[in-house]
Amino acid sequence: MTYREALSAGIEAALNADPRTFLMGEDVGRYGGCYAVSKGLLDKYGETRIIDTPLCESGFVGVGIGAALGGMRPIVEIMTVNFSLLAMDQIVNTAATLRHMSGGQFNVPVVFRMACGAGKQLAAQHSHSWENLYAHIPGLKVISPGTHTDARFMLAQALADPDPVIIFEHVMLLNESGEVAGQAEAPMEKALVRRQGQDVSLIAYGGNLHKAQAAAGQLAAEGISAEVVDLRCLRPLDKATLLASVAKTHRAVIIDEGWHSGSLAGEISAIIMEEGFWYLDAPVKRVCSAEVPIPYPAHLEQAAIPQVETIVAMAKAVMEGR
Amino acid sequence: MSKIIDVTMPSLGADMTEGTLVEWQAKPGDTLNKGDIIALLETQKGMIDMEVYQQGVITELLLEPVVSVPVGTVMARMSVAGEAARPAAPEASYPVAQAAAIKSPPVTSDQSQQTVIPQPNRPRQGLLASPVVRKLAAEQQLDLSRLSGSGPEGAILLRDLPANGPEANAAGSPDPAQAMRSAIAAAMAKSKREIPHYYLSLEIDITRAQRWLADFNAERGPEERILLLALLLKAVARSLHKYPALNGYYQQQTFTPNSAIHIGNVISLREGGLVVPAIHDVDQLSVEEIMVRLRDMSERSRRGVLRSSELLDASITVSNMGERGSDLLFGVIYPPQVAIIGIGKPRKTMLIKDDQPELAEVVTVSLAADHRVSDGMTGARFLNALANKLQKPEKL
Repeated sequence: MTYREALSAGIEAALNADPRTFLMGEDVGRYGGCYAVSKGLLDKYGETRIIDTPLCESGFVGVGIGAALGGMRPIVEIMTVNFSLLAMDQIVNTAATLRHMSGGQFNVPVVFRMACGAGKQLAAQHSHSWENLYAHIPGLKVISPGTHTDARFMLAQALADPDPVIIFEHVMLLNESGEVAGQAEAPMEKALVRRQGQDVSLIAYGGNLHKAQAAAGQLAAEGISAEVVDLRCLRPLDKATLLASVAKTHRAVIIDEGWHSGSLAGEISAIIMEEGFWYLDAPVKRVCSAEVPIPYPAHLEQAAIPQVETIVAMAKAVMEGR
Repeated sequence: MSKIIDVTMPSLGADMTEGTLVEWQAKPGDTLNKGDIIALLETQKGMIDMEVYQQGVITELLLEPVVSVPVGTVMARMSVAGEAARPAAPEASYPVAQAAAIKSPPVTSDQSQQTVIPQPNRPRQGLLASPVVRKLAAEQQLDLSRLSGSGPEGAILLRDLPANGPEANAAGSPDPAQAMRSAIAAAMAKSKREIPHYYLSLEIDITRAQRWLADFNAERGPEERILLLALLLKAVARSLHKYPALNGYYQQQTFTPNSAIHIGNVISLREGGLVVPAIHDVDQLSVEEIMVRLRDMSERSRRGVLRSSELLDASITVSNMGERGSDLLFGVIYPPQVAIIGIGKPRKTMLIKDDQPELAEVVTVSLAADHRVSDGMTGARFLNALANKLQKPEKL
């Protein structure tokens, strides 16, 4: 099953499970979703549950929030995270704040799905990783399925949550094939150790998880035992799991497709400094994107974002204490 | 006419090879008189105010605190009045070694003194260490200055620690017995290196104590019987109240007595090695309660489930070899504690009482204590107090 099919199966299961659930967004119906995730769902579920919206992110995101307040369980798809900035006011000022501002009287059980990440030569305006903007906001939960099983089951977990949840789906994963387990592996807020290791913790999520795993494989061939931690949830961060890993390996490399400065990786590094400092045997390192808008040319695009070789080189440097 | 002289790291004793500049107490341009304080130094003897031996004006401070440098290293320069500057005829109050250090820098005698100037910006050699190394060093009382680091700028990393060498890493998990041996080695070496022990022993008549125990145990099952050790621990705890100089911690050149009496008990493990878990507030417990704790502790020690507080906060240690031990044992103080009591095996002997020989049971109790904190007289008084307490076992 591809990652795309896993996402689609998750949406279908959600539509079947609860009549209050519907999917809305640009091109999700007739076109089948710009990444073909919702292809065929319109025929199956009809126009009241698979709703094409105008090109107006702020408008239909607001509608989704209103529907959630009105008792529905909307799944709102925003083509890419880049366009979500147009709806940032709705997400940050409305969805994230209402529960707090109503003294707990109103929850906003809406789920936003958005594609993110670079690698498809879609140039800067379609390739950025803005996850950290949302991970910064109290009131939101931010998750990032890096495996096929998470792609299949995290949507149901997000819908079950009474608060707004944003799901980031990395575009480079869509065509990847993989196994899907029979059920969710863990609650969505829990980070998982995807590979056990002794020497260095590679902390990654979403689209970079498989790069971290590939790097761990190469490092193993060179006698370095890397542990791969899949964050899965970017807000709240599962500090306990990542600190336990660092306490075991004493070294950490964080992989994040966001830009180096102000990145989520920077936040994780700060957490390790604050709460895991005494376990460290080397400085914490980050593998992030170059500080440029993601370029269009394939070679420049690849040069700008984290790569397996960069992760391997960084892990080796960390092993030397550098 | 004035001339520039060097102010060097003084030697404050025969064993002093280096000192640490902690803080300058004067700045360039200051005029100092003989005997004024120019800097705060840390040495093996503690914090020392460093005086100048000349009147003059400071022209340069060459080192950035905090930094450790060998004796004789030029630390600062002063401008002093012409002829008075000659250090050739030091006054009687000069420490002799200071004068010697000025005349002959210890490291490179072929170079002129002016060239022995350490680079102020250089990181403290051997003192860069990763956080986990610092944590382990504190826990295992390792002296990092004795290790050489393989990390950037000589930083000491995990792989540079004795128990974490390449072999240990390659093996996957370090051998726990070896790790324990290393920890014991580090603590005992530090103790022998740093603590000036004095040793005393006293033969204590325990005839009454043994008789009292026999009566106490007579109608009790094996599970409820009390061993001599429980009684001895109680007597030690009760005696310590008057001798706080034996119960506490010596750290950073300062002794802090402990108001609570937490006695560490040396327990030998079957697979080798020792653990020293503490029984807390022994003076507050009945002899029966002490016995319960002892049983529980030796059982948990062997299963390896001791609590960290038990391993960390003993303020004095008792080492008891029991029936199969030797007549007398002198312990090595477990830093930062300041005393250890050794208990030999109980034995029958003839004592002279009222000029008459009498068969008695005795035990030889030793005390090793830290001479920086107490003197032999204190220790001897304590041992005699302990002996007296044991003559009235029913009161313990």
